[in-house]
Amino acid sequence: MPLITLSSPHSAKPTKISTVMGTVLLCMIPGFIALTVFFSYGYLINLALAVVTALLLEAGSLALRKRPIKFFITDLSVVVTAALLAASLPPFAPWWITVVGTATAVLFGKHIFGGMGQNPFNPAMLAYALLLVSFPVQMTTNWPVVDVYVSIGDTLRAIFAGNVVDGWVGATPLDYYKLNLATQTADEILASSLFNGWLPAGWVWVSLAWLAGGLVLIWRRIITWHLPVSMIATLALLSLVFGIDSDSFTPASIHLLAGATMLGAFFIITDPVSCATSNRGKLVFGAGVGVLTYVIRTWGNYPDAIAFATLLMNFAAPFIDHYTKPRTYGHTKAHKGHK
Amino acid sequence: MSDYAIMLVSTILVNNFVLVQFLGLCPFMGVSNKLETAMGMSLATTFVLTLSSVSSYLVYEWILLPLDLAFLRTISFILVIAVVVQFTEMVVRKTSPLLYRVLGVFLPLITTNCAVLGVALLNINKSHGFVESLFYGFGAAVGFSLVMVFFAAMRERINLSDVPKPFQGAAIGMVTAGFMSLAFMGFAGLV
Repeated sequence: MPLITLSSPHSAKPTKISTVMGTVLLCMIPGFIALTVFFSYGYLINLALAVVTALLLEAGSLALRKRPIKFFITDLSVVVTAALLAASLPPFAPWWITVVGTATAVLFGKHIFGGMGQNPFNPAMLAYALLLVSFPVQMTTNWPVVDVYVSIGDTLRAIFAGNVVDGWVGATPLDYYKLNLATQTADEILASSLFNGWLPAGWVWVSLAWLAGGLVLIWRRIITWHLPVSMIATLALLSLVFGIDSDSFTPASIHLLAGATMLGAFFIITDPVSCATSNRGKLVFGAGVGVLTYVIRTWGNYPDAIAFATLLMNFAAPFIDHYTKPRTYGHTKAHKGHK
Repeated sequence: MSDYAIMLVSTILVNNFVLVQFLGLCPFMGVSNKLETAMGMSLATTFVLTLSSVSSYLVYEWILLPLDLAFLRTISFILVIAVVVQFTEMVVRKTSPLLYRVLGVFLPLITTNCAVLGVALLNINKSHGFVESLFYGFGAAVGFSLVMVFFAAMRERINLSDVPKPFQGAAIGMVTAGFMSLAFMGFAGLV
């Protein structure tokens, strides 16, 4: 049997959008499992709600715009948007929060700008910011508490009928630490029932689950290391420098492991459409998200600032791209600026 | 010194004149189709805004107040701004004829830029001193330039994308500006 000799070019099969998006979805599974196990079934219910709404609206807007429905639905990008939104919304939020958010993401975040691949802002974070600004009560009072078991039936009643019991919900660690800094020392805050010494295990496991998924994304070459590394490094540096004085600033461990930092760094800011394009641009973009996240978390009104930081850097991304163009072959210097 | 730093952060980010106070929207929408013109416009506006902020303060303190004519401040500020714009126009014409041609009608239009008059009037309302007026005007101008330049870069990209017919042109620009304003709400509480 003759061996088949392969001649060059040894090109691999082209990566399809559905492969990329499918891998992202698979890598989100550990995160969703951790969220469900440690916090609430609400995340899964929100996920189902968001995905169904997103698919319906996507099909509807594609039909209105006379674009091929099956081709765009099966690229799974809208499912990723829905999953990111579901992972960031509070699990006991009423059902219409999820529906309104998904509608904002799909219609205003994506299709108004021309659909797949043309959204200047991250659709999920646009929806999150809009919800946070428009419905602050529902978006800040429905966060789950670790170690309180709520059955599926009760969660369904909470989401669809609004029967939320006070004991199920509480402040997030970032929020709690910041609120109580004015009156308590770091030791007193950490001794509270929420922190119980160091950090609630659930929050750490969820962050580690997102981190694991993100590392797989880097290994599968879906994303490059530039964005997550520069964002986490900047945030860690700032929170270490300021956090030495843990009586007046939130320490680095809480910044990195008790919020949406890992989800943001690996899954949200790495949206290939709305982030910067070149590798150097990505480093600038990630560092910008890190700085803005720290500034807004520490001195602003919002305890977890990933959404706003991402949107602000999305806004700056086209400009960053103008000034971080790589050198082209045959030129000694990179072409910079707008000409 | 930290007062001035806070004032700069406040005017550039938290109370950005375009995206939070919605002043100066006409050049923001009108000249933001190309990055190059947006940069020229930003430079010209920065120059005019800083200068007119200070000079209208001087006119108010040294002419209007001593003569007890404070009620004439709006019309006299318009005059001051027109003079500063005329001066800028002459400078731009001599130094960069190309930029002068590119900016076209928008350079004289700085006269009617409500951000410029707004800064002059707000200085009086907030009873800013000379240095404060300088920083307030400069911060407002930097904030304006920042969002203007970013917006222009973003619009160049949006103009290439497959926006649905009813939203093309100014409509999608308005939508984008609204979302940017939403993002700037994240700065609330910084100062």
